[in-house]
Amino acid sequence: MVRSPMVGTFYSSSSPEADPFVKVGSSVSSGDTLCLVEAMKMFNQIEAEFSGKVMAVLVEDGQPVEFDQPLFVIKKD
Amino acid sequence: MRAFRKVLIANRGEIALRIQRACQAMGIRTVAVHSTVDRNLKHVGMADESVCIGPAPAAQSYLNVPAIIAAMEVTDAEAVHPGYGFLAENADFAERVEESGFTFIGPRAETIRLMGDKVSAINAMRQAGVPCVPGSNGPLDSDEKRSIRLAEEIGYPVLIKAAAGGGGRGMRVVESPEDLVRSISLTRQEARSGFGDDTVYMEKYLTNPRHVEIQVLADAHGRAVHLGERDCSMQRRHQKVIEEAPAPGITAEERERIGRICTDACQRIGYLGAGTFEFLYEDGEFYFIEMNTRIQVEHPVTECVTGLDLIRAQILAAAGEPLPFRQEDVHIQGHAIECRINAEDPETFIPQPGRIDAFHAPGGPGIRVDSHIYDGYSVPPNYDSMIGKLIAHGENRETAIARMRVALDEMVLRGVKNNIPLHQRLLKDSGFVAGGTNIHYLEKLLKG
Repeated sequence: MVRSPMVGTFYSSSSPEADPFVKVGSSVSSGDTLCLVEAMKMFNQIEAEFSGKVMAVLVEDGQPVEFDQPLFVIKKD
Repeated sequence: MRAFRKVLIANRGEIALRIQRACQAMGIRTVAVHSTVDRNLKHVGMADESVCIGPAPAAQSYLNVPAIIAAMEVTDAEAVHPGYGFLAENADFAERVEESGFTFIGPRAETIRLMGDKVSAINAMRQAGVPCVPGSNGPLDSDEKRSIRLAEEIGYPVLIKAAAGGGGRGMRVVESPEDLVRSISLTRQEARSGFGDDTVYMEKYLTNPRHVEIQVLADAHGRAVHLGERDCSMQRRHQKVIEEAPAPGITAEERERIGRICTDACQRIGYLGAGTFEFLYEDGEFYFIEMNTRIQVEHPVTECVTGLDLIRAQILAAAGEPLPFRQEDVHIQGHAIECRINAEDPETFIPQPGRIDAFHAPGGPGIRVDSHIYDGYSVPPNYDSMIGKLIAHGENRETAIARMRVALDEMVLRGVKNNIPLHQRLLKDSGFVAGGTNIHYLEKLLKG
């Protein structure tokens, strides 16, 4: 489970036109960007802490998130 | 009247609940922000929206400025009420809030900054004509004759204080001129070895001071009123234990005189919202010590005797509404007493976090309970031990005391140790019942 480290707005991609960083089924490596959380006009990259497969994306693009809110479920390789 | 559409409450516990209630009564939607251990706070459940802003330590949650501002952004709140403690007197926070396009419910950032520094606050108050503790108004030099003359002017006993000292260290009381020069040089030596700075100054030593404070309200249109005084002399380690309004023995003339001085000062410094001028009071004289630029814990006693809602007044003032009444409309009616209920050992005063197994609030005429606790609530170990306030109001002090005694006996609070036994003892103490005890009274009583 990947949780939000801060209060802010969740973005699944780097810009509205771009593809999302990850989708259900994506394979990720440690250090890969999973999403952005915007707080006070600052975009913070949320990175994977381990390699694995994205099982679920729990929030939608543009949705506000709070501290500790679950964002993704990732199954460890 | 709806001042704001949505207000974010940047606090916890009883004051967050107090703000929640005021907003709800005004038809303002609310956002509760909370730490991970405070998900079950009463006001979080009552608020229209809630946002978890960080882990239990206050530095990462209730003091986390970026998280609170981000929470305002994601919830589209218009204003923030800081309560007391945490960010309530943080000028940088007030500034960041305004820079981000929101309203800070409180005075302007520059006022908070001015009053937050003891030296600048006292200078500003002196200039505004507020009486301060008479003193040397600066460091003492090596001119002994000047020091002796200053002490004569101030009047014995005087206090020699190290500029770098604090918390009772680096100070010496001088009773007579014979001891003056020696005491100055001793304090200087101590200051040099203790704080690395031998600057000392002199001020009048008050032997029997009471803590009497004046509540003020000011709007954005240059008008200010005072709501009389509170006596908060019953203290332990500078923490107030019982507060009351009005202060025993203060006459209507004294109230008018000092109240007027405070409202004049508010107009002079461009004060906005609710504030408190704290004074030491001795022999009919007031000596300014500091100004609190926020709502205070003990505001309910003033609300009881004036019939006003101070949180509502703060919100309206922040929204730019003119004060809806004048000084002559303010009337002090009866007497109110507040007991702060703390989750602490009544003997050792050590905080006692834990689960509240049973809580029954007292009631009846003139009884008010401001508390966020409920059956099964767990008092977290991360924050202040105050879990509520019990307020008794009556047509006079005797009635208020009698009602408070009944309320303390009636209140059931099981599971965490608390200071109700201390309050029960104090409400029967002959010194308290007589009224007008000084700020050292409680500590002496506990020692004796």
